[in-house]
Amino acid sequence: MHAIARTEVEDFLFAEAELLDEWRLPEWLELFTDDAIYYVPATDLAVDASPDNNLFYVADDRFRLSERVKRLMKRTAHAEFPHSRTRHLVSNVRIRKQIGDDLEVSSAFITYRTKDGVTDTYFGSNRYRLVPSAGTFRIKEKRCLLDSEGLRAQGRVSIIL
Amino acid sequence: MNAFQRMNTALMVDESRKIFKVSRQAFVDPDILEAERTRIFDKCWLYLGHSSELAKPGDFVTRQVGGRNILFARDSKGNLKAMLNTCPHRGAQVCREKHGSAKSFQCFYHGWVFGLDGRLRSQPGETSYAEDFKERSPSNMQQVPRFESYRDFNFICFDKGVESLADYLGPVREYLEVICDQAETGMTIVGGTQEYSMRANWKLLTENSIDGYHALTTHATYLDYLKSATGALAQVAFEGSARDLGKGHAVLEYKAPWGRPVAQWIPSWGEEGKRELSRLYDGLLTRFGKERADRIATFNRNLFIFPNLVINDIMAVTVRTYYPAAPDFMNISAWALAPREETEWARKYRLFNFLEFLGPGGFATPDDVEALEQCQRGFRNSAEAQWNDISKGMGKENPSYDDELQMRAFWSNWNEHVFRVPA
Repeated sequence: MHAIARTEVEDFLFAEAELLDEWRLPEWLELFTDDAIYYVPATDLAVDASPDNNLFYVADDRFRLSERVKRLMKRTAHAEFPHSRTRHLVSNVRIRKQIGDDLEVSSAFITYRTKDGVTDTYFGSNRYRLVPSAGTFRIKEKRCLLDSEGLRAQGRVSIIL
Repeated sequence: MNAFQRMNTALMVDESRKIFKVSRQAFVDPDILEAERTRIFDKCWLYLGHSSELAKPGDFVTRQVGGRNILFARDSKGNLKAMLNTCPHRGAQVCREKHGSAKSFQCFYHGWVFGLDGRLRSQPGETSYAEDFKERSPSNMQQVPRFESYRDFNFICFDKGVESLADYLGPVREYLEVICDQAETGMTIVGGTQEYSMRANWKLLTENSIDGYHALTTHATYLDYLKSATGALAQVAFEGSARDLGKGHAVLEYKAPWGRPVAQWIPSWGEEGKRELSRLYDGLLTRFGKERADRIATFNRNLFIFPNLVINDIMAVTVRTYYPAAPDFMNISAWALAPREETEWARKYRLFNFLEFLGPGGFATPDDVEALEQCQRGFRNSAEAQWNDISKGMGKENPSYDDELQMRAFWSNWNEHVFRVPA
């Protein structure tokens, strides 16, 4: 196995961001492994807090994540109908650790969401666990750590960060 | 003379014709907000926090309540203290952390040090002060005018002459009992606060929190989700009633098909869940008998405590309070409440359930946020389109959980506060 270059990881994360910004959520979901998790913890918790005994904003297993995607593609997902426009900016990508074949990767993000004349900014870092697969990666864990104090004034995480 | 002073009510009510309307001006007018500050938030009991948040001496949280900055701490004797978070010297906020544990509090501006109970311990240059300076009560951090608790829910009031908390709550107490009795050794706030906001008037969230009418349309995708998840539904229909609890308080009590960690089993919780829930139910049966056990286990409660506290005992238990920052903006804080001692399984599934529906990342709350913000946008037309209608279920002997009795209870009391002629 060759040493994985940061640029390979960056390409993957940039492609992920593009799928989100183009609302190609079913394709985005395919990036995740069958046992994947997607977390957005409350902002007053330790970075490694568990959703089993702490209140998060989002703590999806793979099934609920697929239901989240299904929901967001419906007209009756009122918070995102019509779809907001978003731009996910990904930066400061680092490979933190290699565990077996898996990679621990961190990135910084700024995501803009605009709808009905209001633009909100989400910012923070993402912690990924990536599994190399067929020349690219799949996501086994995505933990999105918001730097803001709560969700004021964003009010919701109705988009995927 | 402004528009508010010309009004003497925001309601149009005619019982015989089943008319109950609320002026949309109540959601947009800055003068109304000012009246709410002085006549409601300065006069009513307001929720400060739960005793479990301060588990041991020295624990503290800081929070905004009714526009004030409050320092809520457990002193070295274990007593809870609610103090105005401002230095008696020159006014700076003394504690600047959101939560933590401390031995004392120091104002960094000039270095005054206060005990956990707010008493002045030392200040640099003591010899330049009067000899009895530290014994004078104005030298200490000021306690809130009134501070009382009920079943570990702590409330404060800025009106010294207010009735006792127990009297203020009245029949609300019975519902707090039912909610708290699900735990044998008391309830606790789980770690993690959901703090969010809405670009909407705060009273819209009062209405929304006790609105059984909007679920089928606003939360269509949540109900779709329950249907598509294998075994996520119990064979139970939505059914129940609403009750006006006086003084603006109200409650819905009803059955619903979602799983309840105490104790309505759904197939997706499997055999392990079934065993756990029947153990919990048997415990309730032993402690309270069948009728009360069934009420605790299988009925949901959306409890509203005037003016801005919601305790919803639904697919999980949430405590939620919210304040206006402007007529069209509110800040919300929400917590998960759970039995202090519960199994890992129960805590995990409770929180999993919570996030399914509740909070700004759930499958339901974001759509509530959208609905309330869309109402606020609609109110831009309030000069012409002047009235909200909340007449559903008027005249019924037993209003249903999806009628609007509970909103009329809130608004009637709100109106009385805001338009009461000062004595």
